[in-house]
Amino acid sequence: MGKTLFDKVWDAHVVDTVDNGPQILYIDKHLIHEVTSPQAFNELEERGIAVARPDQIVATADHNTPTQDQHLPIRDEMSRKQLQQLTENCEKHNITLYGLGHKYNGIVHVMAPELGITQPGMTMVCGDSHTSTHGAFGTIAFGIGTSQVGQVFASQSLLLNKPKSLRVSVNGTLAPHVSPKDVILYIISKIGTNAGTGYFCEYAGNVFEEMSMEGRMTVCNMSIEMGARGGMIAPDQTTFDYVEGRKFAPQGDAFAKAVSYWKTLPTDQDATFDKEYHFDAEDIAPMLTYGTNPGMGIKINGAIPEKGDMTFEKALEYMNFKGGAQLLDTPINYVFLGSCTNSRIEDFRIAASYVRGKHKAANVNAWLVPGSQQVAKQLEEEGLKEVFEEAGFALRQPGCSACLAMNDDKIPAGEYCVSTSNRNFEGRQGQGARTILASPLVAAATAIAGKIVDVTKEAVA
Amino acid sequence: MEKFTKLISTAVPLPIENIDTDQIIPARFLKATDKKGFGDNVFRDWRFKKDGTLDADFPINKPQYAGAKILVAGDNFGCGSSREHAAWAIVGYGFKVVISSFFADIFKGNALNNGLLPIQVTPEYLKELLAGIEANPELPITIDLENQVVETAFAKAEFEIDPYKKVCMINGYDDIDFLLSKKAEIEAFEKERMVF
Ligand code: SF4
Repeated sequence: MGKTLFDKVWDAHVVDTVDNGPQILYIDKHLIHEVTSPQAFNELEERGIAVARPDQIVATADHNTPTQDQHLPIRDEMSRKQLQQLTENCEKHNITLYGLGHKYNGIVHVMAPELGITQPGMTMVCGDSHTSTHGAFGTIAFGIGTSQVGQVFASQSLLLNKPKSLRVSVNGTLAPHVSPKDVILYIISKIGTNAGTGYFCEYAGNVFEEMSMEGRMTVCNMSIEMGARGGMIAPDQTTFDYVEGRKFAPQGDAFAKAVSYWKTLPTDQDATFDKEYHFDAEDIAPMLTYGTNPGMGIKINGAIPEKGDMTFEKALEYMNFKGGAQLLDTPINYVFLGSCTNSRIEDFRIAASYVRGKHKAANVNAWLVPGSQQVAKQLEEEGLKEVFEEAGFALRQPGCSACLAMNDDKIPAGEYCVSTSNRNFEGRQGQGARTILASPLVAAATAIAGKIVDVTKEAVA
Repeated sequence: MEKFTKLISTAVPLPIENIDTDQIIPARFLKATDKKGFGDNVFRDWRFKKDGTLDADFPINKPQYAGAKILVAGDNFGCGSSREHAAWAIVGYGFKVVISSFFADIFKGNALNNGLLPIQVTPEYLKELLAGIEANPELPITIDLENQVVETAFAKAEFEIDPYKKVCMINGYDDIDFLLSKKAEIEAFEKERMVF
């Protein structure tokens, strides 16, 4: 029987199988950041264990960093200490760190692909659930807890049970205003937030084949929001073209050799999956979430369901929405363009094409937070920075920012925020904040109008 | 890690579905660099009112559940962010077991790595258990890991646990110990394969 993409990459990394138990999976690349690594370093030190493969680890600072005045000392004492500790730990253990202000610094899931650290066929982990992003390259990439960060430090391996396989296929032609973010929000709204639990997902069909790498990353990023450990898309010419020439990508002959291996990875014709879903691209529209989990999504001109279970009622109460109501015309005071879901240059190009020549509504605070220093640089080089500034957007420095509101970028209690991030949980963007997840285009249009507008009625550039 | 074999304790009911790790421990408490102290902020925004005082209506705060070592929660417990701080917060507060009809993958792994036993039961058993606790907050619940059984005076259920993880819990050792014992195999593997 044929093998899936996931099987091929997984099987190539199995060191050993414990009798009646998990497998030892070898990890090629380990990404770390300031929030989920300190306790793992402590653990190692307490037990007198060395980091096994420091050259396979890359560190960045992103979760708890300010997005203004990054050149100044961080005001919050605990945040400052956390970053200091990351620097000390990396120095002590010979780990490369792209700290605050470094030209390669950025959100871990934006900077690693950008530098060519992420490559097809690899196993990658990070103490962050959205590590699934890297699956866009045909990589097995998933989030781990801090104990597991410690395990990888100690052994460059993890003990895992092989997950089951799931395939989500989307075929057909997407409408002009529909972006990769809408595709994944639509899928999650259909199958729910735990349809993927216990599974690793592969996305297949012409819709994903035709997507850019940025779009594929947006899709894979949110695999975790349907409960899956990760999502993958088969590597193809789009992938190879993206990886080629990047800083840490193989060069010359080594690249050609790698490509010939990567070409063997796509799922075999006769491979089977434990579970499959199929969707038609024509059914997908720009999406919005109305509730407090990413599965509570509707089409932009649709209505919130009339009734639901306890979770539904609790969510509506938190969001101050009514069953059966539409979200169109809801006044919005906060718009956040950022996070590892949608803070790549392509996301900002789409937003800029809408924003160009317009100005944000007076009531709106519009924050634009690039995913990395390189994206920030591109914004400048492509003249997009000017477009956004002229439109009244506040451009910040790279980081996770209002995606999880660990730093000062918090949405005030009771306020709605149309956000390009991935989670609309209670309090995620600040205590009492109400998050509506959407695509960069919808977020940009909201900022201009000061309320939710039907982008399907507008011309696209 | 502490050894776990058998536990008899009362439980706190938390019949809310899809409790995510942002609720268990909000991001603003993740700035600490050691594992201690997270218990004080477990379910912070539910346990405390906006003015900072304890919300007496939230189950964990109710005096009748004081000292319970078991948390009984709604379906899909621990979804969302992979932060292990969620498991530390629950353990730090004093819980040793969480019972639910479903656990998110990463949370389950994190719990097991910290000596916190996640027990998945059927939705029917969960309902029965919640009703039982509601009726009698002092209801003792027995968790027998060796025999994989959860039991009260009125109902008994078996639960699944990964056999390897079970051995780890019972003996109080963890994955790092195991992986270090496999060092030679891992190094041999590295030599053989195409290394990225
Ligand atoms: S941007 Fe948000 S989701 Fe992405 S890594 Fe940062 S906190 Fe996590």
